[in-house]
Amino acid sequence: MISALNGQIGLAYAFVEREIALSKRYWAWEIVWLVYGIVTSLSVAYIGLAAPAISGGQVDEAAVSHFVLYLLVGTIAWRFLGIIFENIGEVIAWERWEGTIEYTFMSPVPRLTHLLGMCGATLVRSVTFSIAILAAVALFVPVDLSKANALSAVVLLAVGALAFIGLGIASASFPLMWTEKGLQMAYIVQAVVLLVSGVYYPVEVLPGWMQLLATISPATYVIRGMRAALMDGADLATLWPEIWPALIVGVLSIPLGLRLFIAVERYAKRTGRLKRSG
Amino acid sequence: MAIEIAPRRPGPQVTTHSRDALVATAVTKHFRTDNKTRRAVDDVSLRVGRGEIYGLLGANGSGKSTLIRVFSTLLIPDAGDVRVFDRDVQADELAVKRLINRVSVEASFFKKLSAIENLVYAGRLYGVAPDEAKRKALAILRRLGVDVERVNEPLEKLSRGMQQKVAIARAFLTAPMLLLLDEPTTGLDIRSKREVQTFIRDLRIEHDATIVLTTHDLDEAERLSDRIGILHEGRLVAEGTTDELRARYGAAALEDVFMTATGKRLDEADEPERAK
Repeated sequence: MISALNGQIGLAYAFVEREIALSKRYWAWEIVWLVYGIVTSLSVAYIGLAAPAISGGQVDEAAVSHFVLYLLVGTIAWRFLGIIFENIGEVIAWERWEGTIEYTFMSPVPRLTHLLGMCGATLVRSVTFSIAILAAVALFVPVDLSKANALSAVVLLAVGALAFIGLGIASASFPLMWTEKGLQMAYIVQAVVLLVSGVYYPVEVLPGWMQLLATISPATYVIRGMRAALMDGADLATLWPEIWPALIVGVLSIPLGLRLFIAVERYAKRTGRLKRSG
Repeated sequence: MAIEIAPRRPGPQVTTHSRDALVATAVTKHFRTDNKTRRAVDDVSLRVGRGEIYGLLGANGSGKSTLIRVFSTLLIPDAGDVRVFDRDVQADELAVKRLINRVSVEASFFKKLSAIENLVYAGRLYGVAPDEAKRKALAILRRLGVDVERVNEPLEKLSRGMQQKVAIARAFLTAPMLLLLDEPTTGLDIRSKREVQTFIRDLRIEHDATIVLTTHDLDEAERLSDRIGILHEGRLVAEGTTDELRARYGAAALEDVFMTATGKRLDEADEPERAK
């Protein structure tokens, strides 16, 4: 049993190692994405700092600082969740582009192990990027994390990661089904989640039907909880109303996403869609 | 020098009593594109014995690659079944995957990774430890005439011939009991082609590997194969040793056998596909 588990961990690690090697080889692109992430987050922070000038009214310094932190927590948490969703969602599209998809699917690696390995690689990347972005932004904009509850924030990110892994696995199946349009569909899903999840504003400002979508987006709970943890120091008991809905999405979406992926893989094998060129 | 390839890994034990490495029964496969249905493989049955090199000869579009994809678990046939060392490729997919490997006409690597990074990664997927994978890979690459000084360069910088040799090394690294070679020498220069052909022959002699080789090169089919199957428009229209085929069709050369069996010369049969 333990030996079998070790074997599967070894197989999953192959994907982590491969992704790290690919990141080194595509280092220029990694820098591009990192700079893009820092610049986006900084831009959002400067919008917060410019609130008094933009609104034309008197806003006290504490309120501005609170507003900046509100925006920063949203943008960095979204960056973390977005990388997970994108990277896992691109599992198939990327391998199809490289031309390796048939070799990966022909190898004796259970699909669960394959996808868990890719999730491991994605978590390494998303954690590294998020920390780097936060550190870089802190150099330019004063970030007051004196009240932050780090444990609560880490737990919320972990729960959010679970939920987004499940959603990512489900959307990774799109390019298996529709070789060209699948990835575009995954990006649309991601964009809608960004819109309705209160990344830059409270969801209460959204129209009613969008608020309905917000209630089923795990990002809504994770980002709201992250704000409470980092800005107000909320502990886990206080955050439970934000944790359990995201946890349910994670617990349900991972097995459902995997089942969907396996079903779509069989469909792809019936219709010849695993071929590198599609 | 014998080629060092990875020992078989522990795991689900393989029944090796069967004298057949591969048995395909009434395999049929259609594809639907632009509201048209095309029959790629039509009721093909064949049997490949352990240690045999079986050549599948056919023009472009005759169904060779589709059959190889079915054998390698990448395609599910519409009808018929395929057994590899007595295991059903669909019902026992993971076990079959442990027994096979494939070299396709495209080298199919992570282009920015080096040859050795690609090989170590491939080895890991089959449970071969990185150090062992490196050692075996270098031995195979040397045997194939690859300049091992270049194994740390990104694959995209290597020539097509070298990439194809790395692809062959990747397949042998995992010690497959059944090796599916899908036009492994297409696009190679004459020297590389000869090196790969020699390697395939030697490997069979030294390691008792079973090989299914698809090709549209008559000379290659004759030189390497113990038996040849001729595929035409998805159907297996002839099968036997070269001598048997010559005798059956009263032909002096394999080219004449192909012509009599399919009604076309091999290069003519390739033309419609090229024109697409």
